[in-house]
Amino acid sequence: MRHILSVIVENEPGVLSRVAGLFSGRGFNIESLNVAPTLEDGVSLMTIATVGDEQIIEQIVKQLRKLITVIKVVDLTEHKAVDREMVLIKVNAEDTKRAEILRIVDIFRCKVVDVSVDELTIEVTGDRGKIEALINLLVRFGIKETARTGSVAMKRAMQG
Amino acid sequence: MELTGAQILLECLKKEGVDVVFGFPGGAVLDIYHELPNFPFKHVLARHEQGAIHAADGYARATGDVGVCLVTSGPGATNTVTGIATAYMDSIPVVILTGQVPTALIGNDAFQEVDIVGITRPCTKHNYLVKDINNLAYTIRQAFYLARSGRPGPVLVDLPKDIMQQITEFKWPEDVSLRSYNPNLNPHYGQIKKVSKLIRKAERPLIYAGGGVISSGAQEDLIWLAKNLDIPVTATLMGLGGFPGDDPLWLGMLGMHGTYAANMAVNTADLVLAIGARFDDRVTGKVSEFAPNATFVHVDVDPTSIQKNVHVHVPIVADCKSFLMALRESLEPVIGATDFEVAHAGWVKQVQDWSTAHPLHYNKGGEYIKPQHVVEKIYEISKGEAIIATEVGQNQMWAAQFYKFKKPKSFLSSGGLGTMGYGFPAAIGAQIAYPDRLVVNIAGDGSIQMNIQEMMTAVANNLPVKIVILNNRYLGMVRQWQELFYDRNYSETCMDAQPDFVKLAEAYGAAGFRITEEKDLESTLKEAFATPKPAIIDVIVDPEENVYPMVPAGCSLTEMLLV
Ligand SMILES: Cc1ncc(C[n+]2csc(CCOP(=O)(O)OP(=O)(O)O)c2C)c(N)n1
Repeated sequence: MRHILSVIVENEPGVLSRVAGLFSGRGFNIESLNVAPTLEDGVSLMTIATVGDEQIIEQIVKQLRKLITVIKVVDLTEHKAVDREMVLIKVNAEDTKRAEILRIVDIFRCKVVDVSVDELTIEVTGDRGKIEALINLLVRFGIKETARTGSVAMKRAMQG
Repeated sequence: MELTGAQILLECLKKEGVDVVFGFPGGAVLDIYHELPNFPFKHVLARHEQGAIHAADGYARATGDVGVCLVTSGPGATNTVTGIATAYMDSIPVVILTGQVPTALIGNDAFQEVDIVGITRPCTKHNYLVKDINNLAYTIRQAFYLARSGRPGPVLVDLPKDIMQQITEFKWPEDVSLRSYNPNLNPHYGQIKKVSKLIRKAERPLIYAGGGVISSGAQEDLIWLAKNLDIPVTATLMGLGGFPGDDPLWLGMLGMHGTYAANMAVNTADLVLAIGARFDDRVTGKVSEFAPNATFVHVDVDPTSIQKNVHVHVPIVADCKSFLMALRESLEPVIGATDFEVAHAGWVKQVQDWSTAHPLHYNKGGEYIKPQHVVEKIYEISKGEAIIATEVGQNQMWAAQFYKFKKPKSFLSSGGLGTMGYGFPAAIGAQIAYPDRLVVNIAGDGSIQMNIQEMMTAVANNLPVKIVILNNRYLGMVRQWQELFYDRNYSETCMDAQPDFVKLAEAYGAAGFRITEEKDLESTLKEAFATPKPAIIDVIVDPEENVYPMVPAGCSLTEMLLV
């Protein structure tokens, strides 16, 4: 099963390699890994999407906690979480197709961020379902390139 | 007080109570070596950095204190990697100080530069590169704190040359706290109650002790538990000495080369109390068939060890000693009320019957000296009081099987990594700590050649370490596997070409002995042990003797090959 881990780390050199090395060294799988500073000085947030059975996920969480530079690990899968990803999609868009693509962009509430004679670059943000749906719709026009951020996620404020 | 980086480093070591530093100098650590004579600790000059790190590790295992190793950058640092991994796998507290090129050159492929922090990330508990002299003292403080607390382990500090030369005010940080590191030492009360109940209910309980019992200093508490509740005890290789090897409740080691009684007991037990042991594959055999009838209680200070290899019913994250003390407190009131001796009488008799039916055994007679017999003699002569270091292979297993360890910290062996070349330098480390004790390295003729250069270290420091080579002219353990599982194809395991070990010892200024006949075994060992010098005792043993029992890799513990 896919799990999203929110990992708070000391923002110091080598921390990314400690985390990534832990995954590769122990044969765990990283689906995506996202890291950026938080508002707190010297602290970064990593969002790691990974896949494994319960025992593997338990090991991943424990092994991450064991790293001295890791301050906190939360498995967001256990909580209601907001899970978003941003993707840039460059798609073929000759004149005859352009209107239809723009209609899809509209329906999905995404943005066109770059245009040329025969291409459009679309920026989409959303959960996996939305992104996959969009990609499925655009495939038939010919997707030339995608760039994905991987998940960024956060626990929801209200938990029922 | 304004001090140089090198002086600050050494002041910190003094504050940490360091007595000995095992090391080897070089350009990047010259400033440290320059200051060294002004400080009150002893420096032991190894002949190879691998020797230095294993010696620091052996010192740590024998004393329970942190071992310290100081080496130069580049090749000096990389030469320690095997030793660091060895300490890491066995949770041994060692602080490794490596020189580094000046900060301005880092990343430039400078002469003797290597990213040792990168290289050792997967095999240290933590590591540091000091980039600012103002962080130096606190980093060293943290390194020692991390190495010795929680689940102990090696911590490396990389020290650029310019930082060692800079000058700043020295302030000793009294306190150390890391917000992300708070090992949990005390067991949860509810869990203790659960364990206590399980123990009282169990009909066939078994204690399976590991290295955690030794590193937490829990032997007394373990003895109390076993004796008062009449519970048989087995241990991992790392747990040897955690429970007296001459006690009637002692079953011997379990696992691949464990005793028949221990392996059968695990298979039959209805409750397994795993204390400071991590269910290594050399112990469990086929995991799915390990202790099939048992409820597992697993105590470990490191949460990652729990639920890693087997499903545990009662997980307890705690220091083994704290756990045993808490358990004792909760059980003490019921000791009088329940007669455990009666309750477990049948079970204890059963395991003792197994021990009697299939004791550790070898076929005596024949033209050769049997290696097991040599270990028995070492035990006899030393009255079980020696510190025994081993190399890796058959020598290690025979030492584990036939020397009855009574006290913790008296068996030094590379368990997790299985490092040939470990034993001799480790013995040197132990002998530095205990100059008056008998320290014996039980070695194979293959392994001893991996760090034999440390003989010079032993001679130079007047360390009367004894090396007993169980000389079978083979890489014996590998040959055994070839014999049993590879159609006797002894590919590259015959070590017929070997030095004259007696002359080799003498060349170093040590004493050399050779034993070829059993009748000389006792007298020559005695003579060698009484020699106030390092000595090699080259014992020519049966070349094709095997270690039994043996559970073939991947089989269940009950599928033992017996002699
Ligand atoms: C550094 C290292 N290299 C290789 C091995 C693989 N290995 C395990 S046991 C063994 C044979 C050891 O031979 P020897 O030291 O003669 O001891 P014996 O088994 O004969 O007692 C070898 C090669 C190892 N454990 N460590």
